[in-house]
Amino acid sequence: MLSVRDLRVSFCTEQGMVQAIDGVSFDVAEGEILGVVGESGSGKTVSLLAVMGLITDPNAVIEGSIKYQGRELVGLSAKDMRKLRGREIAMIFQDPMTALTPVYTIGWQIAEQIRAHEKISAKAAEQRAIDLLQEVNIPNPAEAIHLYPHQLSGGMRQRAVIAMALSCNPSLLVADEPTTALDVTVQAQILDLVRKLQKNYKSAVVFITHDMGVIAEIADRVMVMYAGRIAERGSKRELFSEPQHPYTQALLDSIPPLEGKRPHRLKSIPGAPPALLHRSTGCAFAPRCAKRFDACVNMPILTANGHDAACFKVNPI
Amino acid sequence: MLLAILRRVGQMFFVMVGISMLVFMIFFATPGADPASRIAGRNASPEILEAVRKSFGFDQPFYVQYLIMMKKIFITGDLTSFVNRGWKVVPAVLDTIPVTLSLVIGAAILWVIFGIIIGTVAAATRGSWLDKLLMILGLIGISMPVYWLGEVMNLVTQSRYHDTWMFSWVPPLGYKNLSSDPKGWFLTLIIPWITLAILYIGLYGRVLRANLIEAMQEDYVRTARAKGLSETRILLRHALRTSLISFVTLFGLDFGALVGGSALLTEVVFDLHGVGKLTYDALQNLDLPVIMTTVMYASFFVVLANALVDVVYILLDPRVRSV
Ligand SMILES: Nc1ncnc2c1ncn2[C@@H]1O[C@H](COP(=O)(O)OP(=O)(O)OP(=O)(O)O)[C@@H](O)[C@H]1O
Ligand SMILES: [Mg+2]
Repeated sequence: MLSVRDLRVSFCTEQGMVQAIDGVSFDVAEGEILGVVGESGSGKTVSLLAVMGLITDPNAVIEGSIKYQGRELVGLSAKDMRKLRGREIAMIFQDPMTALTPVYTIGWQIAEQIRAHEKISAKAAEQRAIDLLQEVNIPNPAEAIHLYPHQLSGGMRQRAVIAMALSCNPSLLVADEPTTALDVTVQAQILDLVRKLQKNYKSAVVFITHDMGVIAEIADRVMVMYAGRIAERGSKRELFSEPQHPYTQALLDSIPPLEGKRPHRLKSIPGAPPALLHRSTGCAFAPRCAKRFDACVNMPILTANGHDAACFKVNPI
Repeated sequence: MLLAILRRVGQMFFVMVGISMLVFMIFFATPGADPASRIAGRNASPEILEAVRKSFGFDQPFYVQYLIMMKKIFITGDLTSFVNRGWKVVPAVLDTIPVTLSLVIGAAILWVIFGIIIGTVAAATRGSWLDKLLMILGLIGISMPVYWLGEVMNLVTQSRYHDTWMFSWVPPLGYKNLSSDPKGWFLTLIIPWITLAILYIGLYGRVLRANLIEAMQEDYVRTARAKGLSETRILLRHALRTSLISFVTLFGLDFGALVGGSALLTEVVFDLHGVGKLTYDALQNLDLPVIMTTVMYASFFVVLANALVDVVYILLDPRVRSV
């Protein structure tokens, strides 16, 4: 249903052009959960904001193709994009503490979204808001619609945000690290909720995270991003059982094992991702890679056979 | 609620006691301000000086003088001027209140409306020529001294172009009573309102624009965009609504100060006998009773304006309500 081809996003900054996303292609199929994982700054948020048409920075240049149910979104008019946003494609963000307007009740904010896309009465919209809050397990939904964001805990706020995102029954939900700002038990509840709702609503979900553990719980397919490109992608099973890219392997090594003796120290990846301005022409991961060899001064290309990696070890030229 | 009101009243009491004591002490500590010698005249003999001291009660201890003055302001209301003997001060101050309130409230309505319009339009079109034009006009408005602007306004509307179709409606300077001559009241105040409001329109427009642009970077605006709302709705219902909270704070401070007498220059230029003008005249000849009464009045209004701001705050910001 969503098909992104060779997406490039660059920003004109004072220091020069910054290529945040450098040729990313992926598909999301009806009803699946795609996990997007990568270190901070790898371009997860920017690539999906581009899909949403939410890059408002006037210095941004977006190239490539984003097709949603056959319709090209790059270059779509702001008005048409607005009709899709919130109704067909919804997005929830990382920090539930700041994601809601502080001066309106959550019921009002949910009803606002419904009424932006459907001609229904205020009363009916309010009833829908109550039902939605019920569905995301907020206690006493009929009273909860009258609460202001500051009167809810972080977990409850994130539930309200999720309820709002689902209010128009979108076929694609983009969740940008929805659990990162929450504590572990609440995280697990929210993950359960997303899974349950994804089943009930049959929406496809793009779930962004930097936590391989979360990916293991929720995703059907996984896309690993590094420095604005795709390092590896494949089904969750393939990716976890036989990771091909050294970066994926390193990420997997950094999750604590569920069983057996805890290792003395978890492995971490030495070094830091490259700064956007000083991108080399070769493999961006090479400076931190234990398996690098001569070929890595060139840019590896992503294979195209279902389980793909951009690494010369896998795809020697 | 009752507790909040009581707290406000208590606060008002403390502010007024504190300020009145301060004014009292400053007055008697000011060199050359010895009221007896001022009242008696430059070449008065010691006997006359002594007599004046007695008759005005300056020979009594300070705290007695202070208490007598407070009593005369608040209880008997028969405080008289040191300069014009027999001139009752309290009614004189009460007479000036409608003038100042008319001037300031009218100007405040203008500057709130136009400040919001200009700030919002500039924020909505930021970076465009319209935004730049509005901000430059705002800057000009802020930098024009109000007495100069007032004089120019008078020059244009009272003499130069008074006899043209444009300004023949402008009545001569001075205040007309609202209850007896509402039309005259309105017409005489139009030019003063505009003059006083221009500075604040510029200021509020610029501040609001900055607040709105900041608000448009907030996460909740991104959420609103993701909901598929229109940019206009996001700007007005989300960003503007949230920015009004700081707008009101600023408004409370300025409004309180103006009602308290800071509209002095406008009052002088347009010959409106308001509180500011009265205070100014009293300061000229160090007339303590008048100064004291206007200061009491001013602090009352500043605290009252703050209390009103708090009420509006509670209406605007749900986060304040629950604490
Ligand atoms: N408006 C902008 N101007 C310039 N650079 C930007 C802008 N927005 C994002 N970037 C850059 O694009 C890169 C990718 O950012 P992005 O937010 O997508 O990372 P991320 O993978 O979501 O990281 P995180 O896990 O921290 O959320 C970053 O290096 C960031 O500095
Ligand atoms: Mg991000």
